Order: sequence, then structure tokens, then C-alpha cells
Amino acid sequence: MATDVKQYLRPDAPPMPFCPGCGDRILLRLILTAIDELKMNMGEMLFVSGIGCAAWIPSPNFNADTLHTLHGRAIAFATGAKMFNPKLKVMVISGDGDLSDIGGNHLIHAARRNIDLTVICANNMVYGQTGGQVASTTAEGVLTATTTAGSYYRPFDLCRLVNAAGAAYAARYSVTQPTLLVSSIKKALQTEGFSFVEVISPCPIQFGRRNRLDTPKDTFKFFEDRLTTKEDAEGLSPQELKGRIVTGEFSNGRC
Amino acid sequence: MVLKEVKSMLPPGSYYFSGDEAVAEGAIAARCGYYGGYPITPSSEIMERIAVRFRETGGVFMQMEDELSSICSVIGASWAGARAMTATSGPGFSLMQEAIGYAAMTETPIFIADIQRVGPSTGQATRPGSGDMMQAKWGSHGDYQVIAISPWSVQEMYDQTINAFNLADKYRVPVILLSDEAVGHLRERMEVREKVAIFNRRKEKGAPPFGAGDDGVPPMPAFGEGERLLVTASTHTEYGIRKTDDPLVHAKLISRLHNKIMNKREEIVEYEDYYIEGADVVVIAYGFTARSSLFAVERLRQEGKKIGMIRLKTIWPFADTLIRNLGAGIKKVFVPEMNMGQIAGEIMKYAPCDVISFTQTNGEVIHPYGIMEQLGRLL
Repeated sequence: MATDVKQYLRPDAPPMPFCPGCGDRILLRLILTAIDELKMNMGEMLFVSGIGCAAWIPSPNFNADTLHTLHGRAIAFATGAKMFNPKLKVMVISGDGDLSDIGGNHLIHAARRNIDLTVICANNMVYGQTGGQVASTTAEGVLTATTTAGSYYRPFDLCRLVNAAGAAYAARYSVTQPTLLVSSIKKALQTEGFSFVEVISPCPIQFGRRNRLDTPKDTFKFFEDRLTTKEDAEGLSPQELKGRIVTGEFSNGRC
Repeated sequence: MVLKEVKSMLPPGSYYFSGDEAVAEGAIAARCGYYGGYPITPSSEIMERIAVRFRETGGVFMQMEDELSSICSVIGASWAGARAMTATSGPGFSLMQEAIGYAAMTETPIFIADIQRVGPSTGQATRPGSGDMMQAKWGSHGDYQVIAISPWSVQEMYDQTINAFNLADKYRVPVILLSDEAVGHLRERMEVREKVAIFNRRKEKGAPPFGAGDDGVPPMPAFGEGERLLVTASTHTEYGIRKTDDPLVHAKLISRLHNKIMNKREEIVEYEDYYIEGADVVVIAYGFTARSSLFAVERLRQEGKKIGMIRLKTIWPFADTLIRNLGAGIKKVFVPEMNMGQIAGEIMKYAPCDVISFTQTNGEVIHPYGIMEQLGRLL
């Protein structure tokens, strides 16, 4: 994992805005590692992002065409650019709130249409940039700024969602699984059609702080302890699976 | 405007089109390469015709999942190098407002045909109105400028659509065709000429894509041209770097976005006048209502009344100089509209004489006899 990713960063970009311990900064490096390993040409790539912390991964850091868009609409902007110029290699990078709450409709429709996009969803299970409010991905019982007695709704399983809508490739890994994650991002980039990688990207400041995870290490451990491989999950009952984060590839073989 | 002449996409001659069909044909003539839209009455005929015709011309047509994604895909396609458009009506136009602000802030050339129906909200979907005149100017948050045009005939639906694409590219701004159901569904003869004049986007390698002095328009690069563009609707420098806490960068950007349109408004604004010589009373109208108004004015002129008419072809930027300089002989201005007086209010800001607003919001076009009756009381 010793790839020099600096060559892919915009030389005139200001210092990165991520908080100490943010998973998104790790994800930034892992995305560029995948691009490096595939020897992709950044000059032919377009990175589209919405609004939120994860949207700042490509914009302004990546030395490529970047389109920082409206909250929830990154996939819609990307669809127009890709459909008009199919030569562009288009990657959407945004957060769970952006892609699955406010932008959920565009997510399922892009999967249904099997648009040739790679969508990287940085899932911190909370609204990070606005101060830590509950998201559609927040696990039951988790404390947030707007669920001070614990979240009472079931979270979205985003991989199942996009799979059901027809995605060509869907996978979930954590930034704490760098090798698996880089390999998955590479597969997504090589997939013809709609590919989706959900990345568990811990937020120590807004998620950890409210759930008495006092250090970034504690927040990372909270997520790591819940990771279960797809294979291990197969033997578990729905009750046992509650609160687990199932990792692996969930492609439905349409590609 | 430096324009290049290209062949029309239809053989020259007379055609019998609806206003909506003429918008679709105008877009095709203007070399529109991308349409993203969502069905809504009374604009759907535009997308239906585009869907068929793009299969012949090679354009990219996408029926999106809603109006939000429609306009966002249009902005994405524009940055990918397309002349790009959508068409809608009131409820859809409302949903598009956030993205119109985005297009203004990122200086993205886009074209939106708003075939107005009577609102508010769902209102009467198949009936005309002019209720979006102010929304077209002020619908998104913050201070920004757009160009909006109001056609009164099928011919103008065609011609002004071509013009709108040129204005969008020249000024890097959203351009809105503020039509209405009555013109959209009107069928009449129109002419297609041999050639169409097209404004090509200005390209300048390495030039700042978001900086051009105090009131200039930067060149318009596209994705995939090697410019490594940074596009954001956060406050940004001339190369697109976000600056969200620098008051000078924000003030400079917003003032240029304002000035690049407002300082050129004498070039942009178009209008026509009829029988204005020696008129005591002037009717100011636009869109379908201008057709009724002209009928009424001609009848009254035949009766020897001193009445004239001005037709606003451009709504935004507003024709303030025209209104300020209305001749001293003009005693009254009469403004019939299919809304509660949205443009009459704008005229009142500048008019050196009395302004009488005549409003009708019952979902019907304003009848010429209704205008004649009202004018009879003034003359």
C-alpha cells in the first residue's frame, strides 16, 4: 500500500478539511490507490460529488475534472455528463446522507438504468457535516443529535437496495479493510454498467462523540467489531445479524 | 454576437406546428445535443417530439425520474460539452429552482422551456397562466441573473429557442423561455429558413473558467478537454477553488454574475412597439396576451383612439430603460396579464406615468374584447 498518491492530487488545492481520525481521508487514499493500480488516466476521468464531508474527497483534491454539485443530486449530474460523453470515466463519490436520503431516488434509478457509473458511498451512518443528525443508514439504538434516545428506525441496506434495483456490481467494505476495499473499487471501475461500493468510513467527531466513543480508535473499533463477512453472515439468524455490518460482494450477476 | 451560419435541420419552407413542437424543432436547429426531462402538462409535447427527432439527429434524450434530476442532468451534460435543455411547467419549474441557482452560480449555459399553466400548485394543468414571471427571476435563493424570453407565436417559439441557446452560451447563464399553454398548444404556420445562426462556445486553453474582470463572461471549457476543471457552486475563485469564508471573493463573484448580464441589458433586451406615435395610452403586454392586446389596440386605433402598444419580448433582464423613457405624451400605461400583476409591478418601478394593472387568473386567455372594454374606460 505504498502507492505515491500525491501525483494524483491537485497541486494548488488548499489543506484537506477532514477532522482528525476521519475515515474519508483514508478512503481518499484508497480510491487513488485503486486508480493507480489500474493505471487509469486522471485526464479522462470525471469525479462528481454532492454535498457533505465525503463530497470533499475529490473536490478540490483530485487532479482531474471534478463537479461538486447540489445536495443529493450528484448521480443526476453524472448521468447527464456520462450520457452525453460516454468517453468520460465517471466516478461519483459522496456520503450516505447525500446518496441514500436526499438522493435515494437517483441512486435506485441509475442502478435500474444500469448507467455506466462507479458510485462510492462513504457511509459514516450519520450526517457529519451538519453536526451529527440521524441518517437513513444509522443503526437502531445509535445516539445522534436528533435521536437522543437512540435511533428507532431500521437502517437501509444500501447494497441490497441497489442490487434489487439492478446494479451490475455492489460491494461493502470498511476503510479498515484496505486490501479488500482497493480490490473492490478496482472491480467497480472495471465493471461495465452501474457499480456501487459502500465504504464504512467512521466519523469519530459526530458519530463517536455522541456514542461515548471517546477517541478515533474507539470509533474505529466500534465498527470493526461489527464487521461480518458475507459467508459468516449466511449462518446467522436475522436476530443475530441485527447491528452487524455484512461485508463482501453482492453482485447479482447482471453484468 | 459572433454567429456561425449552419444549415437548418428541417428543409426550408412552411410548417404547421404547435408552439411546443416549434420549441423542439428550434432546439434541434440550434444543435441541442442533450435533453433531460420529465413529463408535465402542457409541455410534454416538447419532449415527445425531441424523443423521436433525436433518434434521427443523434442527440441524447433522457426521460429522468423527476424534475430535480432532469435539470441536474442537463447541467452535467452542458459541462460535458452539450447544448442542453429541459422543458417543464409550473410544478416542475418550482422543483428546478435550486438547480437554476446552481447553473447561475457555476455559469452553466442551459435552456429551460417553461410552458406556464395556471397555478399556484397543481392549479389547472391544461389552462394557461403567466404566474411564473417572477419565479423565473427570483425562484432560487440568493442574488443571481437569468435571461427570460416570452414568445407570442409559433414562429417565435422556434426562433427564440434558437436565440435562447445562443444567449445561454454567449453569457454562460440559464435562459428561460417563459411561454404559456396558449402559445404552447397554439397551431399556426411558421417558416423555417435555409440557415440557422449559432454562437459557438468560446474556448481558451488554460484561461480561468470563472474569472473575467468585473463584468466579463469567461470562456466555457468542457470536461474531457484536459482542463482538469473544478466546478462548484460554493463561492469559488476564478479557477474554481472553494473560498467559503472570504468576503472579497464572494462579493467579487456575485457582482460579476450580476454585472455580466445587467451591464449588457441594452444588447439583450428586445421589444416591439405598435402605433406608439402620438399615443396617450400604451398597452404593455407579452406572450399570448400580447396577441389579444394587439387586436384590441388596432380596433381602437381604427376608431381614432390615441392608443399604442409595446410588446416585451425579453422579460429578464427587464426593459427598465424602455419604460423610464416612455414619452412625456404618454399619460397611462395599461398592463394586461394572466397573473395578479407581476410585470405591472415591475413596470411601476420605472414608469414616469400611471400604470394600470389588469389581471385575470381564471385559467382562460384574456379576450381582446375584455381589453377593449377596460381601455374604453381609460380613453
